[in-house]
Amino acid sequence: MNIHEHQAKAVLKSFGAPVAEGVAIFSAEDAAAAADQLPGPLWVVKSQIHAGGRGKGKFKELGPDAKGGVRLAFSKEDVVKNAKEMLGNTLVTHQTGPEGKQVNRLYIEDGADIATELYCSLLVNRETGQVAFVVSTEGGMDIEEVAAETPEKIQTIDVDPATGVTDASAAAVCDALKLEGQARDDMMGLAKILYTAFCEKDMSMLEINPLIVMDNGHVRVLDAKVSFDGNALFRHPDIMELRDTTEEDAKEIEASKYDLAYVALDGDIGCMVNGAGLAMATMDIIKLYGAEPANFLDVGGGATTEKVTAAFKIITADPNVKGILVNIFGGIMRCDVIAEGVVTAVKDVGLQVPLVVRLEGTNVEKGKSIINESGLNVIAADDLDDAAQKIVAAVKEAN
Amino acid sequence: MSIIVDKNTKVIVQGLTGKTGTFHTEQALQYYGTQMVAGVHPKKGGESWTSGLDSAASLPIFATVGEAKEATGADASVIYVPPAGAGAAIIEAIDAEIPFIVCITEGIPVMDMVKVKDRLDKSSSMLLGPNCPGILTPEECKIGIMPGSIFKKGSVGVVSRSGTLTYEAVFQTSQVGLGQTTAVGIGGDPVKGTEFIDVLEKFLADDETKSIIMIGEIGGSAEEDAAQFLADEAKKGRSKPTVGFIAGRTAPPGRTMGHAGAIVSGGKGGAEDKIAAMEAAGIKVSPSPARLGTTLAELLKS
Repeated sequence: MNIHEHQAKAVLKSFGAPVAEGVAIFSAEDAAAAADQLPGPLWVVKSQIHAGGRGKGKFKELGPDAKGGVRLAFSKEDVVKNAKEMLGNTLVTHQTGPEGKQVNRLYIEDGADIATELYCSLLVNRETGQVAFVVSTEGGMDIEEVAAETPEKIQTIDVDPATGVTDASAAAVCDALKLEGQARDDMMGLAKILYTAFCEKDMSMLEINPLIVMDNGHVRVLDAKVSFDGNALFRHPDIMELRDTTEEDAKEIEASKYDLAYVALDGDIGCMVNGAGLAMATMDIIKLYGAEPANFLDVGGGATTEKVTAAFKIITADPNVKGILVNIFGGIMRCDVIAEGVVTAVKDVGLQVPLVVRLEGTNVEKGKSIINESGLNVIAADDLDDAAQKIVAAVKEAN
Repeated sequence: MSIIVDKNTKVIVQGLTGKTGTFHTEQALQYYGTQMVAGVHPKKGGESWTSGLDSAASLPIFATVGEAKEATGADASVIYVPPAGAGAAIIEAIDAEIPFIVCITEGIPVMDMVKVKDRLDKSSSMLLGPNCPGILTPEECKIGIMPGSIFKKGSVGVVSRSGTLTYEAVFQTSQVGLGQTTAVGIGGDPVKGTEFIDVLEKFLADDETKSIIMIGEIGGSAEEDAAQFLADEAKKGRSKPTVGFIAGRTAPPGRTMGHAGAIVSGGKGGAEDKIAAMEAAGIKVSPSPARLGTTLAELLKS
């Protein structure tokens, strides 16, 4: 689960991290009051969307010459003027895709005098199974570009979970960031704060880009991007409250209610599969035969008829879907349960597009006979190859 | 021969009394008499559990893994405990020095697994999973949730990060008549116990295993590491015909595909890099998940 920058900063601040003063607003009418609460003479007006690259992003409605999604304001009037221009408009960045994201909230922040921009993130290093700092002196840039062009400028420092951040590992972070004097003293403490916040709140990623050294020598978290481990949210009701569903795909929200793993994609063949690997493989084989999947959907191992019905409805609600492929290899999941779910859903919502069903594994004969006796116009497939070819052909024929 | 588990393996169940644990323990007992020997439940020690499929099949329940191991001489434990308590259940098994631990549970918080991994690395236990389908040696031992009916005793070693794709590989190798020595599902979580290399090493060492199917997916670099391992072993003269598959060629970057570990991020973990590494190591990579069995059969003929 992702949260907004202003929320991430509030979480980090609660652990003692140095962040600027700021106020989140949802309406341009509140901009003046927000600016009044901050000392000035420099304010920053920041679009709050769940995507990176906001500074270089462009507002769809404002034309190519307008300023981006993060703006400096040198007077309170300037804060208000920018807020009016930004709120409600659609910001397109390299991470939002061409459709962009509507800006529904802004963060008005106290400006800082930047001496140096650095990069610092924490994540779980899957190679070592430990939390690691990933740091670079090249802050304020797209870190993926740095990784591609000058990988030697990125350093990874693992933290032993038995000890946490020791003085030695904090010093390694400071060395990698080439910090001296006051900034080094600050970072020795901040490294421990960030690690504690990461572990206690079950973050899956904490990215500070940039982490700055100010003219006065102190370090500050200038931008913060945090995502949380969805599997651990049950023990963080405070974090759950930060969820902003307007940032999420409506179909994905519906799917999450039924505990379905669903990801919307751009193609036209809807897929319903059990198991994440098989679901990805089903997408791949559709592509192999020249078509594009409309979604990734894993109904999981213990799906009920109700869950399968919900999954089917989510797929058919997508107007891009021109055909549906159901691919089930029953292990724990029984084929008859899937078959009943599909039949129930089709009777409920109708079927306007070709449907290919491939069943294999536990109770396969029972499942096949439920489909056959339903009288529905379902194309049966023998195996995965056969199923993919049949749905691709049926969609081509229908269009 | 087989790897890791056989007809002599004695298994205890952590989370036996729940719905999932009960169902799969019943299935395991029915599968060629897999030696399920006891259950563990902190509040039900001294009670017993009876299979719904066979009233003669009854298992004692102990309060702790240590007591269960002491009383039964178990060499393996399978965990069906819900995600919030599963990390602690694994640690309990490690502390009781269970040699082989299989965790089926899906959805364990990653930070819990970081703690588990630290303890695991300092122990002599082997952990399979979490979020995996388990392990099965045909006609001998079934630990976990794989459907026994699709297996056939034979010569292929199957190792996979994905549960249902393991079933595809097993089903297809049964259909072409090759059968399996052992199938191992290592699971789709980013922090886990057994990796590809651990299993591949055992398949290479096992005389009965004549060929291997290895199924990976996007995310991380375990497939590249495994390919490097096979290439290095081949230089020492240890190699077996191997077919591979990578799921997620069409997955968009930055989106998690069901498994917590299946994500292409920061330009790393993409399918094409993995396929290239596997091909460079002499693995025949099938473009279609439907042709794992036939691709292997053709490779063995040539």
